Amino acid sequence: MRDVAVVGFAQRQMPEFDGSPTCVEMLVPLLAECYEQTGWTRRDIGFWCSGSSDYLAGRSFSFVSAVDAIGVIPPVNESHVEMDLAWAMYEAWLKIQTGEVDTALVYAFGKSSAGVLRRTLGLQLEPYTMTPLWPDTVSLAGLQARAGIDAGVWDETAMAEVANRSLTDAEKNDWSIRKGGSSVEELLAKPMYADPLRKHDCSPVTDGAAAIVLAADDKARDVRDKPAWISGLSHYIDPMGMGTRDLTRSPSAERAAAAVDLNGVEVAELHAPFSHQELILRRELGLADDVRINPSGGALTSNPMFSGGGIRIGEVATRIWSGEVAKGVGHATSGPALQQNLLCTLVSTPEGASN
Amino acid sequence: MAKQPAAVVGVGQTHHRAKRLDVSMAGLCREAIDRALEDAGMTLDEIDAIVVGKAPDLFEGVMMPELFLAEALGAAGKPLLRVHTAGSVGGSTAIVASSLVQAGVHKKVLTVAYEKQSESNAMWALSVPLPFNMPVHAGAGGYFAPHVRSYIRRSEAPTHVGAIVAAKDRNNALKNPYAHLHNEGTTVESVLASQMLWDPIRYDETCPSSDGACALVIVDEDTAKASPNPAWIHGTVMRSEATTAAERDQVNPQASRDAAAALWKQAGITSPIDEIDCAEIYVPFSWFEPMWLESLGFAEENGGGWRLTESGGTAMDGVLPVNCSGGVLSSNPIGASGMLRFGEAALQVRGAAGEHQVDGARKALGHAYGGGSQFFAMWVVGAEKPSN
Repeated sequence: MRDVAVVGFAQRQMPEFDGSPTCVEMLVPLLAECYEQTGWTRRDIGFWCSGSSDYLAGRSFSFVSAVDAIGVIPPVNESHVEMDLAWAMYEAWLKIQTGEVDTALVYAFGKSSAGVLRRTLGLQLEPYTMTPLWPDTVSLAGLQARAGIDAGVWDETAMAEVANRSLTDAEKNDWSIRKGGSSVEELLAKPMYADPLRKHDCSPVTDGAAAIVLAADDKARDVRDKPAWISGLSHYIDPMGMGTRDLTRSPSAERAAAAVDLNGVEVAELHAPFSHQELILRRELGLADDVRINPSGGALTSNPMFSGGGIRIGEVATRIWSGEVAKGVGHATSGPALQQNLLCTLVSTPEGASN
Repeated sequence: MAKQPAAVVGVGQTHHRAKRLDVSMAGLCREAIDRALEDAGMTLDEIDAIVVGKAPDLFEGVMMPELFLAEALGAAGKPLLRVHTAGSVGGSTAIVASSLVQAGVHKKVLTVAYEKQSESNAMWALSVPLPFNMPVHAGAGGYFAPHVRSYIRRSEAPTHVGAIVAAKDRNNALKNPYAHLHNEGTTVESVLASQMLWDPIRYDETCPSSDGACALVIVDEDTAKASPNPAWIHGTVMRSEATTAAERDQVNPQASRDAAAALWKQAGITSPIDEIDCAEIYVPFSWFEPMWLESLGFAEENGGGWRLTESGGTAMDGVLPVNCSGGVLSSNPIGASGMLRFGEAALQVRGAAGEHQVDGARKALGHAYGGGSQFFAMWVVGAEKPSN
């Protein structure tokens, strides 16, 4: 395997983006920021890959407008996944591993506020028997939270502790759209939203976009003194059917954790759009008590669809660049109730980088 | 580590029809997957990862359908990727699947692409009104007809060349049991007598709207050794350009020319017309055959393409048989159409194309394009392991 590192990261997160659902107006400055960080121009990028959803944009081929925005004359080596930024990054990492290219820029975008997000996401469900009932995704997460409480795996206090820590950490993150910690007691006194979930247990509807720059070997060292080297990258999916899986577990997250080396991880950015999902992920990853979870405030305080997962990887990368930590893990999820999960471990020294 | 060799050892496809009411989306995909696995002599349990491709989700009305399909596709407990790059997606998906093997990450990868257009309405899905965008409301034919007219004007092509392509592909389809259209007795005259839809594109020069799927099993060198007839991947390429720009040449887009040049270089090919034995080229409207022949470098620009077609050079017994399967003109499950081109190219070099086999085919091109002639995906496969 070639040594590949995250060398650039830019993000935008906001409650309501005053622009088109294809977010082109947001992508142009975002890409400019990536060029500034790397000192590169568009022509230094060997491969491009984006992540987005047509259903979120309310139109077919939403990524086509985005391609226009990056300026593709002369033409570029480019692909697109109908997935989160983290998987777009995975495709780019593969392309670099084939040896065809040395650099890649991946980006993703989504304007969740353009519709009613929890109903839009309901269209991900099994179309013949489940979608006609149109259960929304917050309600499905509520069922999952209830399953864990009933099984005694977690309780409402543990969920409130996650929310309180996240809201407190979010005070230091300019991009978080919900912030301000108080106390577990205060949070538990708030009204139910989708019993047993209170509003602070659910990520806020967020518009946004993000971009990650990858580079191999010396290309990465040219950009940064301390590139965030990818030492492990793994993802798995579980069946969707809510009735056929144990909702208190996430086997795909457990598998991904087994495929990477989590020993010595100092920081974990977990893409948990609901408070109880962080509890599930911590268990599946087997994270030690001293691992710092979601210093950015995490998805509970800001969660732009299709970049929310990749942003977790970017947040870990920035902490490697600064020297704050030597090893961290970024996580991304997709599908209802933690159906699909990706883990990316990042380290400050490429030695022993393996997959 | 250098790029690892990869080969196609299994190809499967569905019987393509206007409405496959007998199967669900999952059933449609499994029909192709099961055939590909049987061809490869493998079971789903042996597969390391699955890559799914399809065109816009609005075509079926399900957001990210690979999530609900995961279990039926055998992806539960495995990595799953979902690619979407417009009409080129079937090709791009096969390329992403190849890169999983070429990167040395996996050894046995299953890829499937599908479209079940009967679940929704493609015309509606393509016609959602967008602010600040010119409404087309004409379907793909209306969009591409001006490009075809421009080609005819530039190359001084006789106006019946499109009909030659249509008659050829529809007759080739008679030799392909999976093809959607089996229109016996199609001739240049009958095509020319069919209804004009978008001048100069007639009804019989237009692709059908199909339900269908295609699946490939792509494996590493060691696994390929067990196959009697692997199709080795000699080169893959993707290129994209903008939808609209004053300097764009929609008849012969730069992304297409750039992609072809990069592909031939990667595959070590200096004279495509001499070194490629047959080609599966994405031709949704008949005239795109001569247009792409020129853009791909099989023939001289501004006329070489239509002369090659008119001379019979692209027929089954010609110098470069094109779309022996019947092509997109005979089956068009949009998301799968590109993978069908890639898969049919693999069948040819494996000597497994059945009645539409080109004798002695050793190297073949699979080609797909999408959007407003702006997204391109191509590969070259060969009977021999590549030396590069």
